[in-house]
Amino acid sequence: MDLVGLAFYFLAALIVISAAIVVFSKNIMYSAFSLMFTFFGVAGLYVLLNADFLAVTQIMVYIGGILVLIIFGVMLTTRITGVDVKSNSLGKIQVGIAGLLSTIIAISLIVVFSSTKWFLSEPKVSGDSTKLIGNELLTNYLLAFEAASVLLLIAIIGAAFIARRK
Amino acid sequence: MGIGLTHYLVISAILFSLGLFAIIVRKHAVLVLMGLELVLNSANINFVAFAKYGGMNIEGQVAAVFVIILAAAEAAVALAIVLNIYQNFKTVNVDEIDNLKD
Repeated sequence: MDLVGLAFYFLAALIVISAAIVVFSKNIMYSAFSLMFTFFGVAGLYVLLNADFLAVTQIMVYIGGILVLIIFGVMLTTRITGVDVKSNSLGKIQVGIAGLLSTIIAISLIVVFSSTKWFLSEPKVSGDSTKLIGNELLTNYLLAFEAASVLLLIAIIGAAFIARRK
Repeated sequence: MGIGLTHYLVISAILFSLGLFAIIVRKHAVLVLMGLELVLNSANINFVAFAKYGGMNIEGQVAAVFVIILAAAEAAVALAIVLNIYQNFKTVNVDEIDNLKD
């Protein structure tokens, strides 16, 4: 097996195992920290897919921003002594049905993905994805780019307004 | 056997269903948010995989950039709402938060 395959299977195992810990862990802090490894694994997959700019963005935005926000949210809303104990008191039947549903969706997605004959095009070799993304953002996607900036401004104002203590 | 498009799609399918399971089953509001992040990440893996193998080229990566932007905005607003709910209800269990006004 070549090096790319080895890296892929390592990252795949990392993603699946840490995502499973996120979902099934009783302690919500373990979930939050395990989410970090999931994000790192996804960033590694982006590197394998020649998306270096996206990999760095993933690390900076998800791990540096969203994950810190989530950990803040956990610490501010959970009594440290009684960590999420009641959180998993859903009935066995409901958990079973949800697990069955998720498994069915996963299996059907995998079957669809592997049985479809995808239109595969030879990847165009292009070294600098950052430059290409910048060109696209300021030409074809300029409107979406500006809308995203307005959205982020609204999100900042809205979050500060909602979360302040009355 | 080389790593192809299908490998990445299978990983994203597994990640998607794990996130869906978290959204359905877990009761802590922040954990529901984490499940949402897993689902968004799985969609992003698909975008980037098709950018490399499926002829979407750089446009798939641009779409993934926008997904990351939306995820950041969504996480900020959602956590602000969760904090506000905690101040009002003293709990973040999504099953117990069932009235608009007390």
